[in-house]
Amino acid sequence: MPELLLELFSEEIPARMQAKAADDLRRMVTDKLVAEGLVYEGAKAFATPRRLALTVHGIPARQPDLKTERRGPKMGAPDAAVQGFLKATGLNSLDEAKIQRDPKGDFYIALIEKPGRAAIDVLAEILPVIIRTFPWPKSMRWGARSGKPGSLNWVRPLHAITATFGLETEEPDVVPFSVDGIEAGQTTYGHRFMAPSAISVRRFEDYEAKLKAAKVILDPQARKDIIFADAKELTFAQGFELVEDQVLLDEVSGLVEWPVVMMGSFEQEYLAIPEEVIRATIRNNQKCFVVRDSKTGKLTNKFVLTANIEAADGGKIIVAGNERVIRPRLSDAKFFYETDLKTKLEDRLPKFEQIVFHEKLGTQAARIKRIERLAAEIAPLVGADVAKTTRAAQLAKADLLTEVVGEFPEVQGLMGKYYALAQGEDASVAAACEEHYKPQGPADRVPTDPVSVAVALADKLDTLVGFWAIDEKPTGSKDPYALRRAALGVIRLIAENALRLSLMKVAASALAGLSVKPADAQKLPSDLLAFFADRLKVQLREQGARHDLVDAVFALGGQDDLLMVVRRVEALGKFLESDDGKNLLAGTKRASNILSIEEKKDKRTFDGAPDAALYSLGEEKALAKAIGEVQAEASAAVAKEDFAAAMSAMAKLRPPVDAFFDKVRVNDDDPKVRENRLKLLNEIRSATRAVADFSKIQD
Amino acid sequence: MDASLPAHMRPERSFQGFILALQRFWAEQGCVILQPYDMEMGAGTFHPATTLRALGPKPWNAAYVQPSRRPKDGRYGENPNRMQHYYQFQVIMKPSPPNLQELYLKSLAAIGIDSAVHDIRFVEDDWESPTLGAWGLGWECWCDGMEVSQFTYFQQVAGFECAPVAGELTYGLERLAMYVQGVDRVYDLNFNGRDGDAKVTYGDVFLQAEREYSKHNFEVADTAMLFEQFKMAEAACRKYLDAGWKDGKREAHLMALPAYDQCIKASHVFNLLDARGVISVTERQSYILRVRELAKACGEAWIHTEAGGAA
Repeated sequence: MPELLLELFSEEIPARMQAKAADDLRRMVTDKLVAEGLVYEGAKAFATPRRLALTVHGIPARQPDLKTERRGPKMGAPDAAVQGFLKATGLNSLDEAKIQRDPKGDFYIALIEKPGRAAIDVLAEILPVIIRTFPWPKSMRWGARSGKPGSLNWVRPLHAITATFGLETEEPDVVPFSVDGIEAGQTTYGHRFMAPSAISVRRFEDYEAKLKAAKVILDPQARKDIIFADAKELTFAQGFELVEDQVLLDEVSGLVEWPVVMMGSFEQEYLAIPEEVIRATIRNNQKCFVVRDSKTGKLTNKFVLTANIEAADGGKIIVAGNERVIRPRLSDAKFFYETDLKTKLEDRLPKFEQIVFHEKLGTQAARIKRIERLAAEIAPLVGADVAKTTRAAQLAKADLLTEVVGEFPEVQGLMGKYYALAQGEDASVAAACEEHYKPQGPADRVPTDPVSVAVALADKLDTLVGFWAIDEKPTGSKDPYALRRAALGVIRLIAENALRLSLMKVAASALAGLSVKPADAQKLPSDLLAFFADRLKVQLREQGARHDLVDAVFALGGQDDLLMVVRRVEALGKFLESDDGKNLLAGTKRASNILSIEEKKDKRTFDGAPDAALYSLGEEKALAKAIGEVQAEASAAVAKEDFAAAMSAMAKLRPPVDAFFDKVRVNDDDPKVRENRLKLLNEIRSATRAVADFSKIQD
Repeated sequence: MDASLPAHMRPERSFQGFILALQRFWAEQGCVILQPYDMEMGAGTFHPATTLRALGPKPWNAAYVQPSRRPKDGRYGENPNRMQHYYQFQVIMKPSPPNLQELYLKSLAAIGIDSAVHDIRFVEDDWESPTLGAWGLGWECWCDGMEVSQFTYFQQVAGFECAPVAGELTYGLERLAMYVQGVDRVYDLNFNGRDGDAKVTYGDVFLQAEREYSKHNFEVADTAMLFEQFKMAEAACRKYLDAGWKDGKREAHLMALPAYDQCIKASHVFNLLDARGVISVTERQSYILRVRELAKACGEAWIHTEAGGAA
């Protein structure tokens, strides 16, 4: 079956947009083909800095014929209706229509056969539309045509379109279309510098091969593989090791059509700069990899660059040029670092009074004061030294005002640690300067040093409570202040360090420290707790755990000790996996269902203790006894925070509950007995509330 | 490169030869070669030959050197490549020709950068000037890992859509010349291409100025006067704009250029105040906004002038 080759040749496409663009192109073309009845066998898309390419194989040469029936007017309908029907269906006269009988009468039916069109004609129609509506994150106009409305928007000027369609065995046809004056054809171009001439291509196979001959590697993965392998080999040969960096690799592979990997070096003296700063300098500004000494594990004075050409001189000038650029950059970085070291972190603090954190939440200085106070309050709860915690909270943000962080924001925190150590701060205080930002996401490390933990919690809770107070909560996909991440951070800090603290109390304290007083200050801590519950559910869902159990535990009310919530959820999850758990859940649900039906019927609830005198059957008595025992035992276990024991106690309820439902008719003829039995059912429900609200658990 | 040039005029030997080579190249592409605008400005883009001429339907191809004043970037002559005054070479072509990238690469060849041995790359860089209400898409052009030019397709200027779009190239002259001459310190650039006693360096020409202006910009510039000047320039701009509408109707404008001068002035005064550190973070935004409002109003006036394409 025929195949399509499509290439959109343009000026340099931003590296970060290439992968998605290739994917969009494949998706848009194949979706449209399928919608047109052209079911294809396979498709693959590629991107280089100068082209998007797509091959779709196994496309039928023609669309299938389409047969549709169209119902017309009733027999004997007025002439206008008949004429309208004929016109709409293309029939010459009613003789060509069928007649169909249904309960409402006899109707004319037109059988319309739409012959399938040639696939190439369909392509000629859909491709220009796809090009014109392509979802680039940012697109532009250019050239003389941009003087008129309706000119094409593309990511950068589009120069040529290759579009061929045909069988492997034959010379393919050019898909006949044009967009904004660019005619589709079968001419593309090779590497900008090494093989810029026009190339005539027929189909994907020769297209890819001819591009390769013209120094263009079409497949981004192939370019990545080359860069990665060559960089490893080059460094290994000299006894070094490449510092791998997937994000940088992705970017670099989007900046070249013909990767040529080379190694350069810089002066030893720059190795006095912290490694992360060297890496940030070389990576961000020069898009080069850094290199480690495999023996010491430390950075060496080498870097790996990826050029886009095989230079006539073997790359000497290119390497020398890159070295010349990296040198002043490192020199700047070294200067910044040394300048920073001359000022103590605490001496930078007054400047925060001029920096607004948020219009409604005051200056950074005010924020740091709040964090300091809150961290000192949290410190004893997490086993941290109060003096060290206070000091850490005071200094933790100071590196934001340093030259190095101004230049490379991604080393914030880390530089704080270096500068704190350099001025002789306690190791925990220095560590907290870095770690109080952690965890930044689900994969990030959670700090364990109590000082770091206290400051990290204070920082995040101040942020959460602050933005809650000014009603800047996340909505839908919008979370500009990363509050979800902050809440998840709090959850992980608490759970992974097994911390015991009342979130409501800490939130109330954070709130008291704010200068803004929200109207619904009373409600704020519990609103925030609900947000934490949501985050916890999301996290458990991502871990594949049952998130409905979170609801079942929070529904008990007053649950603001996240560690206990997590423990309880875990125990509950285990319990519900056992037969006892499953059956008890079923029994409890059955009790609830019966109760809600009867409550509705009688328009009353069945609270209150059942009357022992009204028990007539052994199963009733046994159940009542078991409830009493289990409730006491489970509550005692919960009080000792032994949730597993509480669940085991719960398990003892199962046999009497099962036996009760087996042998006892709840809706007894004697209304007194009936009421008493319903009260007993209600007792099952309340007994289980010792561990969770079973009604929130999904089956 | 032109082999017939005498040694001291070769772009890799002298800063002035370097500039002349670029001028000659772009003259051959049909650009009018303008001289620098006679006002202080932060970038070549502020020159009315770019800002205003980018607007309206009329074709326009121009190239010029523009001294750029960035008071905050002064380093008292002590930094090897940061200065409060440097040169930009600016090319604007409207509409952007289809081969603008090729022309740019040829211009590099004309100043001695051979694409067979250098690694030249177009790396994404979207350009935006909040003070001019302008944005465009393009690249920073890299040569062996160094940013040597800015390449932009203007999409909007002074708040107006560019129709047609102009292509703009900005070369950082000192940086490029340092690369071509192989020096690491800007003040070591050979300015006139001569040797021995006849040699004049960039430092001979500008080092004293860098020291003096750094002192002026950071320490001495009269802030009370500057605040006043900002207000005056802003008021004058508004006044000329108002007075420029022909017959008081908003159909034709007769004074877009003098009004725009005041916008340039306000912008530079703001930069000076900023360097003196007397504008707070919050105020900063509002000053930028005020300049933008002027730029927008000037753009509107311009499109009602003859060169701006008004019928």
